[in-house]
Formats: sequence, C-alpha cells, structure tokens
Amino acid sequence: MKTLRPRIERRTALLVAVMTALMLGLGLLGLCYGASWASPGKVFAVLTGTERSVVISDWRLPRVLAGLVFGAALGVAGALFQNLTRNPMGSPDVIGLDAGAYTGALVAITVLSGTSAQLAAGSVLGGLLVAAAIYLLAYERGFSGLRLVVIGIAVNAMVTAINSWIVLRAELEVAIAAVGWSAGSLNGVGWDDVGIPFTVIAVLLVLMTTRAHAMHQASLGDAVAATTGVGLNRLRLLMVLVGVGCTATVTAVAGPIAFIALAAPQIGRRLAGAAGVPLLPAALTGAVLLQGADLLAQMLLAPVALPVGVVSTAIGGCYLIWLLTKEVRRA
Amino acid sequence: MTARLTARDITLRYGDRVVSTRLNLDVPDGAFTAVVGPNACGKSTLLRALVRLLRPEAGHVELDGREVGAYAPKTLARQLGFLPQDPLAPDDIKVWQLVSRGRFPHQSLLALWSPDDEEAVTEAMAAAGVEDLADRPVQELSGGQRQRVWIAMVLAQRTSYLLLDEPTSFLDITHQYQLLGLLARLRDEGRTVIAVLHDINQACRFADHLVAMRDGSVIAEGVPGDIVDAALMKDVFDLPSVIVPDPVTGTPMVVPTLQGE
Repeated sequence: MKTLRPRIERRTALLVAVMTALMLGLGLLGLCYGASWASPGKVFAVLTGTERSVVISDWRLPRVLAGLVFGAALGVAGALFQNLTRNPMGSPDVIGLDAGAYTGALVAITVLSGTSAQLAAGSVLGGLLVAAAIYLLAYERGFSGLRLVVIGIAVNAMVTAINSWIVLRAELEVAIAAVGWSAGSLNGVGWDDVGIPFTVIAVLLVLMTTRAHAMHQASLGDAVAATTGVGLNRLRLLMVLVGVGCTATVTAVAGPIAFIALAAPQIGRRLAGAAGVPLLPAALTGAVLLQGADLLAQMLLAPVALPVGVVSTAIGGCYLIWLLTKEVRRA
Repeated sequence: MTARLTARDITLRYGDRVVSTRLNLDVPDGAFTAVVGPNACGKSTLLRALVRLLRPEAGHVELDGREVGAYAPKTLARQLGFLPQDPLAPDDIKVWQLVSRGRFPHQSLLALWSPDDEEAVTEAMAAAGVEDLADRPVQELSGGQRQRVWIAMVLAQRTSYLLLDEPTSFLDITHQYQLLGLLARLRDEGRTVIAVLHDINQACRFADHLVAMRDGSVIAEGVPGDIVDAALMKDVFDLPSVIVPDPVTGTPMVVPTLQGE
C-alpha cells in the first residue's frame, strides 16, 4: 500500500532548499555590494572573524539580515491575512495595516519624542486600530472576504491621506525624515535598529507555527473547522495579532514596505504546489523578494540608493493590477 | 430506544429571527434518522445546534448527559462529525489531502500524522469510493465526486455520529441512491446517522427514524411506516397526496395528486 504523507514533504523540502540557497546567495551579494565591492572571500573572512571591516559587519550585515527577516515577517503577515479573508488580495499592505502602522509611527515622531520604543508601540497600536476599524465596518452578519478587502482598500486610502496631512503639518526636519521613510526603506538600518524587532518577529513566528495546522483546518470554512475541533475565535485573534505585530514591527523600523506581503504568499504557494496559503513558503519567498528588491534598489541608480519600497511597489503594483482584473472577473 | 444525543426545550434564533421554540429531540443511537420538512422550516438550524455551531438561546443540547458546549472542541469533534451544505475546499488541495483534514481532532502539535491517521484516511476513501481520485485536485472534480470526497473527510474523522445537511443536493439520482446506501451501510456498522433530506420517498426508504418539521417544530417523528400518511403530508408540506407502498421496499411512497393548475 502506498503511503500518503511523504509526498508533500518532498516538494516542500525542495522549495526550502532552493529558497535557502537563494537567500544565502542574495545575502552574500548584499554583503559584497556597496560603494566598494568586497570579494566573497573577504566577506567570509570578516564573517568568520579573521579580518575586520566595519562596512561589512556593521553596515551591510544588519541591512542584509533585516532584508531577509523583515521579508519573512511580511510574507507571513500576508499569508495570515489572506487566510483570514480567504482572498489573495487580503494582505496587510492592501487593506491599510501598513499605512495604519505608519500613522502610529508618525504620531510617535511628531507628537512624542520618537524613541524606538514609542515608534514600535505607535506602529502596533496604529495597525491594530486600523484592523479594528476594518473589522467593524466590514462585519455584517459574518464575513465576506471580498467585502473586507474592498473596505480595507478604502480605509487604506483614507489613512494614507491622514499620513500626508500629518507630514504636511510637521516641522520641516521631521517632515523630511518622515517622507524619506514613507516609501519603506532599509537605507541606514544598523544593529541598534534590529535587535528588538528580530526578537519580536522570532517570538511571533514561533507562536504562529504552533497554530499553523489549525489555520489550515480553518480554510475548510467555519462550519467544518469548528466541528473538527478548531477554536475559531482564539485562532482568529492570534492570527490578527501576529499579522499586525509582524507588519507593525517592520513598519516601525523600515516604514511601510508595500507588496511583499501581497505577492510572497501567492508565489510561495504556487512554488510549493501546496493547498491553501501556507506560512513557510510565504516566509521564504518574502525573504528572497525583499532582499532581492533591496539589492535592486541599491543598484538601479547607484550611487543613489532608492528606498526598497519604490522597487517593491513598482513590481508589486503590476502584480496587483493583474490580480484585481482576475478577481473582478471571478466576482 | 436509547439516545445519547438529545435536545431539550431548545430555543434557536438567527439574529432577530426565532427559528424554533422549546424543541425536543432524541436522536436514536445506531439508527439512520432523516429530518424532512419544507424549505426554511429549521432543519439545518436544528442540525447546527446539535453540533454546537449554534448555541441555543434556551434549553440544552446534551451528549451523554453533558452539555455539548462543555466539551473541549477536539473531544466533541471525535464524537460528532458534521458536513455542512457549503464546505470550502482550499485552492489546489488534492483529494487525499482534503480527506486527511478529517483527522484534525485526532492530531496534536507533537503527533501530526500517525499510522491510525493513515489507516483511517485510506479506509474512508475506500468507503466513499474515491481512492482512484486520491491525487486529483478537488476543484477539478464533478459535483458528485466532490460530495463523496467531503463524505470521506467526515468518515476519516471516525466519529460515532454523522450529521449531514442535505448531502444529496448536488448529486444526480444514481449518486443520490449510492450515497444513501453508503449511509445505511455506515449505520449497519454501528454509527448513528442524522441527515437532512429533501426527498421524502428516499427518507422513507432509507431512514429508521423520520423527523418531520414545519415552522421550527417537530410535527411528527417515528418509523416512517408508522407516521407517514396523507394527513401528515398535508400538515407538513401542504401537499395533497396518496400514499402507496414502495414497490421495491414496501416503505411508504408519497405520490402527489397535484397535476398542474
């Protein structure tokens, strides 16, 4: 008798291997590339401690790690919300959670003193407020994913307008800093910026991994999920908190980086040939996409470093248009 | 007749609409119970209350003398299997993967896939006749095949109870009878089956126990041969009819006397 289980493991294992290789490759490229090119040999020497280079270990390394970790976090956040809304467009950047987190961060900078703790708290709070607002507006005797997405797009537009208004009213230096950051950028990210975010993201991802099985069960519809033993309310709350937490943590450091969360889960899902929208392929694809986009952002107009959000928006915007036309045709 | 699963004086409500008031039902153990009645009479709502998808506003739904709401979700899910009218299949899911989802209540974080799971899934696919489809994506199947896959998923759950909300709706007539035959076999193997059915003649042929509902109340219940007569059909469906014995099984067969205007 043939066994059922190992068949998925093989394809997922292959995807993990390929994605890990890509992550390492793009990561290495990120360490080599800059105002001056460092050979891979030199990079390895610095990483193993036999040579010293502040540029590689203190400038490029945290940025590369941020690209990979933040990309993974955004990919997972996207997968969580696409599962919640049962819609490939239901990702945090499309429905305004990035923008909401950015509002929180802007308030922290303009009204408060803008310490990194205030930024983080402001982002999380902003993201949660927007999530709650969408929930209240979209709820009408249960949920429709498309309804939630459409309302989310409207909320996103409004929150973006609020963000512009805050920036316009801010003092000049603050406004310039805020705008440079508004597109989503990893320029100048250093070790001081990433310690706490990496820890938070690691905790959130581990927490969510323990409930991934239940999340997939929930994709069978509320009735089947509940009658096969999923505690739906607690699961949904956790998914929202982890999704908003990941989005807000990234936004607090790097600003709202759009479209990674939208595209990564769907690309990962197709590559893995998996059912539904699984988390691991989304995380790996997100890491590769963001790190790849950040490299492009540094190379395109070198020596001027573009914000990575410009690149991800340019690529992701095309993807969103394609997705919208497809969804509208289906609906 | 013993009944482990009971509803006592339950009042059911969807939003502002009261569906049932003080409804009572004993689900006979090891029998095939069919729930029939006109559209929107509260059949599905009753089923949803039995599997605690809907909490009664008053009264109690109990399994083995204990409120169903008091069970841990997975514990109850190992007893009561439910198939709704509109389950969702995730994109690109294959048949065997969907059937495997029925094992969820038997799995935990540390024991994700056991030989028991393997055996239950294989057996369920064989019972529902979908082994040959195992590697096919569910979205490519016909309505009848898909329904059998969902039945297999509930079977893989290995529950003592199978509650099915209009399981024959999307099937052609041959598949309807095959499915009802499958449910009867499962009953013979000791499971308790409760199904909402549209076709009164199928219900009479296959069910041991018939529950006829109208406007949220149980009008009559019992062995089909004992309770189905022209008066009941008038009371439940407003349908003038004559009742004759089913030429194949001898169970009641309802022949409507309406002939157009």
